[in-house]
Amino acid sequence: MSASPDARIMTGAEVILEALKDQGVEVVFGYPGGAVLPIYDALFQQNHIRHILVRHEQAAVHAAEGYARSSGKVGCVLVTSGPGATNAVTGLLDALMDSIPLVCLTGQVPTHLIGNDAFQEADTTGITRPATKHNYLVKRPGDLARTLHDAFYVARSGRPGPVVVDLPKDILIGKAPYFPAPVVEHRSYRPTTEPDPRRIAEAVALLKQAERPIVYAGGGVINAGPEASALLREFIRLTGFPCTNTLMGLGSFPSSDPQFLGMLGMHGTYEANLAMHGCDVMLNIGARFDDRVTGRLDAFSPGSKKIHADIDPSSINKNVQVDVPIVGDAAAVLRALIAAWKAAPPAPDRTVLAPWWRQIATWRGKDCLSYVQQGKIIKPQHAVKRLFEITQATKRETFITTEVGQHQMWAAQYFGFEQPNHWMTSGGLGTMGYGLPAAMGVQIAHPDALVIDIAGEASILMNIQEMGTLAQYRLPVKIFILNNQYMGMVRQWQELLHGARYSESYSEALPDFVKLAESFHAVGMRATQADQLDDVIHAMLASPKPVIADICVAQDENCYPMIPSGAAHNQMILAPGQEGGVAGVTDEGKVLV
Amino acid sequence: MSDSLLERTATIAVLVENEAGVLARVIGLFSGRGYNIESLTVAPVDETRRISRITVVTSGTEMIIEQIKAQLDRLVPVHKVSDLTLEGPHLVRELALIKVVGRGENRMEALRLADAFRARVVDATHESAVFEMTGAAEKIEAFVALMRPLGLAEVSRTGAVAIARGTKSLTV
Repeated sequence: MSASPDARIMTGAEVILEALKDQGVEVVFGYPGGAVLPIYDALFQQNHIRHILVRHEQAAVHAAEGYARSSGKVGCVLVTSGPGATNAVTGLLDALMDSIPLVCLTGQVPTHLIGNDAFQEADTTGITRPATKHNYLVKRPGDLARTLHDAFYVARSGRPGPVVVDLPKDILIGKAPYFPAPVVEHRSYRPTTEPDPRRIAEAVALLKQAERPIVYAGGGVINAGPEASALLREFIRLTGFPCTNTLMGLGSFPSSDPQFLGMLGMHGTYEANLAMHGCDVMLNIGARFDDRVTGRLDAFSPGSKKIHADIDPSSINKNVQVDVPIVGDAAAVLRALIAAWKAAPPAPDRTVLAPWWRQIATWRGKDCLSYVQQGKIIKPQHAVKRLFEITQATKRETFITTEVGQHQMWAAQYFGFEQPNHWMTSGGLGTMGYGLPAAMGVQIAHPDALVIDIAGEASILMNIQEMGTLAQYRLPVKIFILNNQYMGMVRQWQELLHGARYSESYSEALPDFVKLAESFHAVGMRATQADQLDDVIHAMLASPKPVIADICVAQDENCYPMIPSGAAHNQMILAPGQEGGVAGVTDEGKVLV
Repeated sequence: MSDSLLERTATIAVLVENEAGVLARVIGLFSGRGYNIESLTVAPVDETRRISRITVVTSGTEMIIEQIKAQLDRLVPVHKVSDLTLEGPHLVRELALIKVVGRGENRMEALRLADAFRARVVDATHESAVFEMTGAAEKIEAFVALMRPLGLAEVSRTGAVAIARGTKSLTV
């Protein structure tokens, strides 16, 4: 790249901060080390960008994910070379699987030492290639500014994702020209956002004739911005169709809406899954027919015509063959569908959906999420439900993050979401240890909001060191542990699939979470009996400090409903006492995770 | 259903940015997602605009091949992806260098066959010959098979390069 006359010359580290500022970055989550010291030195000498010091690089990436998902901005991470970069890998892959826009700056040994097995050297671009949407190694000072602008463009455009920029130390120290963000199109990456009108017309023609329709909306609607969720609401109102959400899509449609069937999939509601199975036209917007959602593929929604709108063409026809593929941004697709629906002649008979809604009402009548809370032992479902009801009554803006396992599914089932960007969970990768650092990132983006990490006692220990970060930045994150002293989902699968042989799933030698909280300058509290639950929740919400609430719950509770591995939607297992299909698990099913 | 399980071979041309790591991205995509690579070739085709062309021969069901093309297309440095097999008549060529070591009648027979196959002799000693051959993979394979009893010592092949017939062109 030739130096343009208006290029300003500064150090590489200064170029980086200038580019971040230009890209609207306000917060960087990071951890220093030898290779990135020049950037930390430049950070020290400016006031535009705030640095949040985490306790482990994995947490920096999850924090940036929480920040990005709750704010709609690109999250930014700064880590050192070698172990700094390798520690970040889990977070990067998590962001890739869940399509979260991030830029992660990694330090690298100086260019002349690359390949020499230098101290703290790792082949970062090699290691992170399959864990990122794209990555760069900057080898020439003249490429630095353009590469950073490119990285932000790639991270947020099309299907968002994490981008790594690997920065050798000599590039940080040497002089480099700064160019502002270019306005020209990217040379090769130009994703389609506007849908093909012919496909929209085909979709509307199918939808107008539907007698048993369903709309299945995923994280793509959330990623398309709050407008997409508003348009989804409008479309569902306009059509009178039922709507279900994936785990990633929760909040894109209000959970309190009568047209909402709840979450679908492995631990989705009976009505959502049976409606998916029995529908005649399915409209998928921004979801990817993930195996947690489809169950057994050859028995997935066998009688339906399928319309699939996704911004990533590779998501279409990957797992499930569809009849009408639509490539485009969820908001643009919904806008076009609404316009085409209004323009098309009205359906001859508006009551055509009545039998379908009657059928759905019968399924709803199963009340598949019902449970009985009696006696002293706290049911985990009850704990989440009370947490939801009590936080809702406070009318405070509430964000929920989770770790991974049973508590995550109970949170998805019993905590209602009315708006997008308020629910942060590791869906694709299923990363235990996600929730606490993600909550940190959310709290940084929304200092006055209530941010709760619904956790399990096993998951929370995977990034517990971040309690230190909460204390340092006075982040009043609430950690609500459903403590059943088991890796609950592992225990559940062992009970159902492996003859109740609880191999290594018992949480032996747990810390005293109350004392643990106190040692990290936070508040610890505990509920061991049902009559203590509400008081603990109230006390937790009232505290201005970070809190760990250790909720000791029933140890052997399973998460239902459940579609066992290798089973179809209409073979759900319901909770004991509720009548439903009982599917045995085949050997084929056991192979699946 | 039976149609969707039918496997086919696809010759796919990919125009990419000529930048570090681009080949690793393409190969990583194939290995990471478990797709077949029957052959893969790469070389710069436009130095001024920094464009390279990758030709990859792969096989799979129609659904898999569509998936391969979509996955290739979403790589950031990829400009264009073209399924030459699907898009119509096209030429496929590869180049091979074939070394045969031997004397006497075997050597004479190898040279006679090379002539029949229009393979050029590009190196020769009293005991060896190196043949250069271009053509479709089947032609090269046939020639190599004939050389085997005559002292075939070594084969080096480029893998396929391909281009559509007629005026239609793949450019950035």
